[in-house]
Amino acid sequence: MTTVPLTILYFAWLRERTGLAEEKVSPPETVRTIADLIIWLTARSPGHAAALAHMKTIRCAVNQDFAAPDTSLKPGDEVAFFPPVTGG
Amino acid sequence: MTQVRVQIEDFDIGAEFAALTAGRTDIGGIGCFVGTVRAAAGGKPIAAMTLEHYPAMTQRALERIAAEAERRWSLLGCTVIHRHGRLCLGENIVLVLAASAHRQPALDATGFLIDWLKTQAPFWKREEFSDGTTTWVEARASDDEAASRWGGAPA
Repeated sequence: MTTVPLTILYFAWLRERTGLAEEKVSPPETVRTIADLIIWLTARSPGHAAALAHMKTIRCAVNQDFAAPDTSLKPGDEVAFFPPVTGG
Repeated sequence: MTQVRVQIEDFDIGAEFAALTAGRTDIGGIGCFVGTVRAAAGGKPIAAMTLEHYPAMTQRALERIAAEAERRWSLLGCTVIHRHGRLCLGENIVLVLAASAHRQPALDATGFLIDWLKTQAPFWKREEFSDGTTTWVEARASDDEAASRWGGAPA
């Protein structure tokens, strides 16, 4: 996990709060799941903390498929965080 | 034929209708839903809205929803077009067409497609109000209920 970074994408108000649409991160090996990643990302900046504060109100996708907090991560994954969708 | 498109430009409902039915004589009914930009949100007048999406995921999510509709009903074709970008009042947002030999599958599949799309396709609306403020539209529990009435486990 430490050598190949994850690509993290943020959409809608998560993008506005983090100030980032995309970032590459290399979390430590203890970060194994989406839930671990959220906790780790929260410590990166006050913006990250504001964006990711309410785990229940954010949704996640790994490699463009909806994912749950217990979804495992592997090197090179594209992880997207976003609010519940509001299209249509 | 299944047609799924995500685009900035408007769509021509008549042209899409013609494309869906061209050369077909087996179709007996076509359901149609068009979502448009409404002038008020929660009593507050809006000026426009911007639809953001997740390009790498959107097309696939819509194709999956269309495939699920085709699995559940005997469709003779369906069309799903969703716009993104900035849209003004009255503009088209989304088009769903579903064709079948009979009306019930066509109507049911149309309802299913728009209900699942609203809870499964990665789009987010940001409303611009007349006073210059903006807000991200919040997902509504009623949309989840509408999607859940079709059963099955979305995504």
